[in-house]
Amino acid sequence: MLSPAKKALAAGNLAGFPDGMGVLVDLTRCVGCRSCEAACNREQGLPAPDQPFDDYSVFEQSFHGGTQKRRPTEKAYTVVNRYESEASDKPIYRKIQCNHCNEPACLTSCFVGAYTKTPEGAVTYNSKVCVGCRNCMVACPFHVPAYSYSDPIDPVIKKCIFCYDSRVKHGMPPACVEICPSQALIFGKRDELLKIARQRMTKDPAKYVDHIYGEHEVGGTSWLYLSGVPFEEVGFDTSLQQEPIISNVKDFLGTVPMVLAIWPALFTGFHLLATKGKGDHHDHGQAEEEGEDS
Amino acid sequence: MFVASSWPAKGVLLLLFLLLPLSGYATDAPEGIVIDVLSNHYEPVVFDHELHVGVAEDCSTCHHHTTGTGTADSYCARCHSNEAEQELVSCQDCHLADPFSAAAINVKSGQDLFHVDVSGLKGAYHQNCIGCHKEMDGPTGCQDCHARTEEGDRFFYSGQFAPPPAEDSGH
Ligand code: SF4
Ligand code: SF4
Repeated sequence: MLSPAKKALAAGNLAGFPDGMGVLVDLTRCVGCRSCEAACNREQGLPAPDQPFDDYSVFEQSFHGGTQKRRPTEKAYTVVNRYESEASDKPIYRKIQCNHCNEPACLTSCFVGAYTKTPEGAVTYNSKVCVGCRNCMVACPFHVPAYSYSDPIDPVIKKCIFCYDSRVKHGMPPACVEICPSQALIFGKRDELLKIARQRMTKDPAKYVDHIYGEHEVGGTSWLYLSGVPFEEVGFDTSLQQEPIISNVKDFLGTVPMVLAIWPALFTGFHLLATKGKGDHHDHGQAEEEGEDS
Repeated sequence: MFVASSWPAKGVLLLLFLLLPLSGYATDAPEGIVIDVLSNHYEPVVFDHELHVGVAEDCSTCHHHTTGTGTADSYCARCHSNEAEQELVSCQDCHLADPFSAAAINVKSGQDLFHVDVSGLKGAYHQNCIGCHKEMDGPTGCQDCHARTEEGDRFFYSGQFAPPPAEDSGH
């Protein structure tokens, strides 16, 4: 059976589901209380954290020689990070989790079809089907899926599922949205959230940079962001393409069955291409470096 | 027939006079309000309304355009600048305690553009309160206003539920 996103794709519809839900994150409202992290832990039955959720020293943590802040892990599907920006006299906090892409690269990269994009917008996965190949980890433009090492026999991918099974499927907001004291997170139809986001910018243009992150990035995401400082200063990758990542591989996927038939000829072609393309890849490494912290 | 000289009637009249101003704005405002929307994780807050009446410039600082005292927010003032006192003035009359239920989201979709972004009750409290508290040196920490319950401590893995300290964070 085709997953919904693949069906939508087959029908030539790249705009996602019309009634899809989403979350609008307004960075100007987030107070960095980490309640959303605690709510996620409880809702998803995750293991005890290393530090209490009201311990704000976690904001000091950095990895890989100070280039990377905290990232979602198999034990924490969402984390809040703190950033400093010259454009703001206060620190800025930002919650990170799966953005629930309209055209998820994780889904298209998964060859066993473990992922599903539900009509409500959630990108979920079936851990019984997952073989732990980690294709999706590499494919995700936001570096979201984490790999569970705790069970060496049956390793699986773990990530935020938009509280699909326990909440969103039943018309309830995700646990993080419900707990957020300042309503930095609001839940609603993606279309409506875009309207609200635009309205906030119109109402108070000095307060926001003129961009809704997630409206078009990689073909649009269910989670959308407003910020008072340039997005790249608070850990967003602003170099991402506007088209879904599927567009890059769609033509390729179509040729897969053919590959087996013309295998030898194709390899010769690949070899030629590879030699010809050398020296053409200079911006690749930089994109990856910037992506680290997105 | 009305007999002005009779004492009981005078008493009633006097009472009426005393009561009249009380039906005006502000004076029928409650002294304190118990806010317990987060009672699962935090003790209820006793909001000292009387104190805030003294501190706020006028009622519209918090009540926008519903108390007949003008409109502080220029955005609201475009339509609601000269409104009389309204019947519904408490926060939860307009700010839903459950703003993301399926029903609330459906109502919102049909809402005019000016009211699609009305905060839920908790959001309204925190957005409105914290900004002012910062300016006026009021309490701003979570537990400065509402102490956490035991269930709250469990939820945050804090206090008696704190995880044992790890040797080394950051890997
Ligand atoms: S953010 Fe990554 S894991 Fe989430 S839907 Fe998009 S590609 Fe998949
Ligand atoms: S609960 Fe809301 S305010 Fe608190 S850290 Fe999360 S997003 Fe920010």
